[in-house]
Amino acid sequence: MFTYALNALLQVQVPGITERRITDIFKPLATPGEAERQAAFLTLAITGAIFIVVGGLIIYTVWRFRRRADDDSRQEPPQVYGSNQIEAAWTIIPILIVFVLIGVSARVIASVQNASPPPKALKIRLIGHQWWWEVQYPDYGIVTANEIHVPATPDGKNATYLELTSVDVIHSFWIPQLAGKMDLIPNRTNYMWIDPREPGVYVGNCAEYCGTQHANMLLRVIAQAPQDFKTWTLGQQQPAGNDAQASGAKAMFNSLACVNCHLVRGTPSVGKFGPDLTHLMSRQTIGAGVLVNDAKNLRAWVNDPQEAKPGCFMPSMKLTDHELDEVVSYLQSLK
Amino acid sequence: MAEDTVITADALQMERTWTLPDRGTVGVIFLIITETVLFSMFVAAYLIYIGKSLTAPFPKDVLERPYFASICLFSSSATIVFAEHALKKSKLGIFKLWWLVTILLGGYFLFATGTEWHKLIYEDHLTISTNLFGTTFYSLVGLHASHVIVGLIFLLIVFVTTMLGFPIHTQERRVKFLSWYWHFVDAVWVVVFTVVYIIGLKS
Amino acid sequence: MATIDYPLDRPEPIAPEFSFSETLYNWVATVDHKRLGLMYVVSALFFLVVAGIMASVIRLQLAVPNNHVVGPDTFNRLFTMHGTTMVFLVGMPMVAGFSNYLVPLMIGARDMAFPRLNAFGFWIFLLGGFLLYFSYIGGGGLSGAGSAPDVGWFAYAPLTSKAFSRGAATDYWALGVLVSGVGSIASAINVIATAFCLRCPGMTLSRMPMFVWVMVVDSWIILVALPPLSAAQIMLELDRNLGANFFDTQAGGSAVLWQHLFWIFGHPEVYILIFPAFAILSEVIPIFSRKPLFGRPAMVGAVVAIGFISLGVWAHHMFAIGMTSWSNTFFAASSMLVGVPTGIKIFNWTATMYGGKLRMRTPLLFCIAFLLQFLVAGLTGIMLAVAPFDWQLHDSYFVVAHFHFTLIGGLVFGLFAGMYYWFPKVSGKMLSETLGKWHFWLFCIGFNMTFITLHFAGLLGMPRRIYTYYPGRGWDTLNLVASLGVIPQAAGLLCFVWNIVRSSLRGAPAGDDPWDGWTLEWATPSPPPEYNFEKLPVVRSSRPLWDLKHPQDPDWKFE
Ligand code: HEA
Ligand code: HEA
Ligand code: HEC
Ligand code: CUA
Ligand SMILES: [Cu+2]
Repeated sequence: MFTYALNALLQVQVPGITERRITDIFKPLATPGEAERQAAFLTLAITGAIFIVVGGLIIYTVWRFRRRADDDSRQEPPQVYGSNQIEAAWTIIPILIVFVLIGVSARVIASVQNASPPPKALKIRLIGHQWWWEVQYPDYGIVTANEIHVPATPDGKNATYLELTSVDVIHSFWIPQLAGKMDLIPNRTNYMWIDPREPGVYVGNCAEYCGTQHANMLLRVIAQAPQDFKTWTLGQQQPAGNDAQASGAKAMFNSLACVNCHLVRGTPSVGKFGPDLTHLMSRQTIGAGVLVNDAKNLRAWVNDPQEAKPGCFMPSMKLTDHELDEVVSYLQSLK
Repeated sequence: MAEDTVITADALQMERTWTLPDRGTVGVIFLIITETVLFSMFVAAYLIYIGKSLTAPFPKDVLERPYFASICLFSSSATIVFAEHALKKSKLGIFKLWWLVTILLGGYFLFATGTEWHKLIYEDHLTISTNLFGTTFYSLVGLHASHVIVGLIFLLIVFVTTMLGFPIHTQERRVKFLSWYWHFVDAVWVVVFTVVYIIGLKS
Repeated sequence: MATIDYPLDRPEPIAPEFSFSETLYNWVATVDHKRLGLMYVVSALFFLVVAGIMASVIRLQLAVPNNHVVGPDTFNRLFTMHGTTMVFLVGMPMVAGFSNYLVPLMIGARDMAFPRLNAFGFWIFLLGGFLLYFSYIGGGGLSGAGSAPDVGWFAYAPLTSKAFSRGAATDYWALGVLVSGVGSIASAINVIATAFCLRCPGMTLSRMPMFVWVMVVDSWIILVALPPLSAAQIMLELDRNLGANFFDTQAGGSAVLWQHLFWIFGHPEVYILIFPAFAILSEVIPIFSRKPLFGRPAMVGAVVAIGFISLGVWAHHMFAIGMTSWSNTFFAASSMLVGVPTGIKIFNWTATMYGGKLRMRTPLLFCIAFLLQFLVAGLTGIMLAVAPFDWQLHDSYFVVAHFHFTLIGGLVFGLFAGMYYWFPKVSGKMLSETLGKWHFWLFCIGFNMTFITLHFAGLLGMPRRIYTYYPGRGWDTLNLVASLGVIPQAAGLLCFVWNIVRSSLRGAPAGDDPWDGWTLEWATPSPPPEYNFEKLPVVRSSRPLWDLKHPQDPDWKFE
């Protein structure tokens, strides 16, 4: 089972898009991340210089004044008590440096935080759950989970604006290559924006400790060329797949407890506790990124989620093999 | 090591002139500082949550200003000072009198708080778990009340032992610290009263 | 005839014989500041080993991707207990321990201002530690879930509410921290009163040893920074056990209130933790470079400045909660400003060594390593203080690396310097230099191996507090190296433990003043008698023993 988990993030490929698994904060592909990178490099330059100068001074002093074997211990060195000029110097210079750094921070803070959304920007409502992400597209009436589809904008014209909140504990949204963190806090709404410059799958994690499975609360932003994004939204707006030969399986699914926690639009399955399954098969992973979404893994997951994601809030349903086959075949019909 | 005459010579007179603050005084002052910070956190919580309760009862429906009790507590600050002065002039009888008055005033304040809580709980059904008002109200007022209780216990100890003939005038210093603490408890009530019964009352 | 009673012609204190039970009783019932100080330090070392072993398990689990040494719940408990123990049961008692043992000796007093309060402080601290660890047994509580707390050392609400952490574990966490906090406050008041009221004749505040100065400011920070924590813990317990709603977001409560209360304590806390190291360096560096502390007034000014600025920077731990751009800017600015006084300290220590004759004994080695490592730690701190940078770095392994550099590379190295420096005074025996050097190099190499690498894991987007991770994200080798670094660290610590045991049994006798010291503690026998000084000394400068040893050019001529 764990070998599946191990493969989850490796095998996934959206046709024609590259998956960016190295989440290097210094290789940003969106405006906020880029602004933060610039601030970071400036800070690194300044602090690096300070380190070389001060560190060098310390090492030189130690080397130069280490006690030689030949000098006699009774002879004390000249007793120096201090020097106002020197001390004034190394008080004032740091103050000046600090003001430079403050200026840098202030500018970037303003540029990232005070950017106001253009009227027709895509709005997404992201809701944290222990331990998965609910993704709502209010303007499109779409609800999905764990995988956020957004349009890529090479010119950064149509950015995506996110409203972040949580239903249980604090989580944190972090896609290093797009932007820094923003927390999802219950009873409070935070805002942030991203504008991926290239199509691709941007990987990230929940970045605020939120309990047992914090480690496996993975997150993926899928940036698509505008027309691909359009087709995706159209697909998501369709009612749940409903092909004839899966009807038996559908009946089976609806007879099980699944319906208490999962929503499949237009069916008796109206639970709200777990992820929306209406278009489950349009997602590449299950369990917030722990498994690749294929028949084998679906079966394993439904059989016992606790094995892939110990402690997660979906219980093992103790289904018979027959029920499993039916349920999985139904799930796979949810294109 | 040869005796250094220079040092010892004025060392002698240095010893004679050497004076430092009294440790008890310093200790009590810093104790009061920490206590102040502790209270200010609960005060801050109260202020932040004013008007944030989702469900009734709200302050404006259920709170009345405890004027009389407050006046009692404040005046107890005066009476304890009178007691101190009496002790300085070693007029033990007067000391006992004022001391008793202080205890009674403090005791009445505590009683008033008790009756207020009884009303809030049994008539207005406001408990600490009802809403944010209940939570912050009981915790802040309760924290203060607990300090009043501690103060009263010490006051009583002094009173009883004195009645039993303990030579209290030998303890002037400790009595002084006790009255400082009592003044502190009063000062806190000034803040609590303002926050709970003036600022927060309208919400 | 009042004068400093210098080692010569002093009657040898005759050591009376005690049976084991008597000795035990004497230690348990003692109010002697030296014994209490020792008990603080020893229990802190014990907890350091315990929490260190937890850390080793953490590293073992993270050594390779998809590792299953421990499960998620166990792992979360491990880092919670590791962090809580290290901060509240290692860092805090070290503060109390060092100040208890040394402050009276350094100011020429016979005991602390409130000896009984002192004993109370120690035992209540121990009770706190016991409460915390009792959670392993009692954590199940009524509703049966969980053993040790698993909410992280800053226990963000609402994860700590009854709904999300069942059982009694979190209650033991809150109570343990609350109770041990009372102990810290008690000893802080004690230190301040002692330093203000019990200085020997002639020791004006301007002549008070730097160590005492730093400890006084430290105690001040404790007094103003711990109550917010106590308040937060009380509110949490009210929430959990009386159904109050302070942090109940369902009832309109605010999850952010906890963060503010905790960090109003939490940031000053980190300076509370580092100050003993500052204090120790300010004594050790001058002695081993044979020069007075450079720019003493500026050093005093710097600690006082830190003591106040550090109260106004707390929200730099909360850059990611979506504060207004103004608050973000303000807290970024104040956080960076702290760098200025800290810089003054680093520069003045270096200047103290400059032009001296550095005796490369173990204590000085630890001090030099401190200077370089704390420089790195501070500069990474500055990077974190740049709010936009912190949006990326927050809650990543870069933060973990930052604070281990401050806490180990700074605090722990400083403490080791202090222990090697004062062990002769405490025990009358010298610690072995060779073992000391082994300890230093092993620990230094291991520490840097572990935590330099973790910086880069953070830059590659590795979040903290994850019990496992997938391969192929560029974290594998970094984590492996970091984990391997624990081995030399453990070996070094074993050298230290062995050095202590061996030397206290059959170390070379130290004599009263092995390092040719300048402060009053070296004018007492080693170990000092119950009453410290027969005759209270009289001082006329900040280096009384220097005056005595160099009658021809004493310090007081220059004051
Ligand atoms: C001993 C403990 C200690 C010390 C001394 C410090 C010192 C500093 N720390 Fe650190 N810090 C911690 C312990 C400590 N920290 C811990 C435990 C955490 C994590 C808590 C948690 O989340 O679990 C933390 C987290 C932390 C954060 C939050 C990170 C996050 O979670 O997002 C920040 C952000 O600003 C920060 C900043 C600083 C700064 C600016 C300093 C400054 O004081 C540093 C000052 C020193 C220097 C700057 C170097 C010397 C100066 C010079 C050579 C002069 C020239 C320099 C300049 C002009 C800049 N620290
Ligand atoms: C003083 C503070 C301090 C110290 C010294 C340490 C020391 C160490 N810490 Fe820790 N650490 C914290 C304070 C500290 N830590 C805090 C506050 C946190 C945050 C917790 C949280 O997120 O809530 C943290 C979190 C933390 C993490 C992050 C966990 C996570 O986020 O998932 C990691 C991971 O590598 C870690 C590792 C280590 C290591 C390897 C050491 C090593 O230096 C340990 C070295 C010691 C040993 C290896 C033990 C040696 C003992 C022996 C060999 C036995 C001797 C034998 C006898 C005496 C018989 N620590
Ligand atoms: C007690 C509530 C509950 C029940 C009953 C339940 N689930 Fe779930 N389910 C969840 C939760 C919670 C998750 C999210 C787990 C996580 O990622 O941490 C989930 C996740 C899933 C997922 C993965 C969705 C995704 O995109 O990651 C599938 C598929 C699924 N459940 C199918 C089923 C089926 C089939 C049944 C019935 C046999 C079922 N569930 C019963 C709560 C439930
Ligand atoms: Cu969600 Cu961590
Ligand atoms: Cu901080």
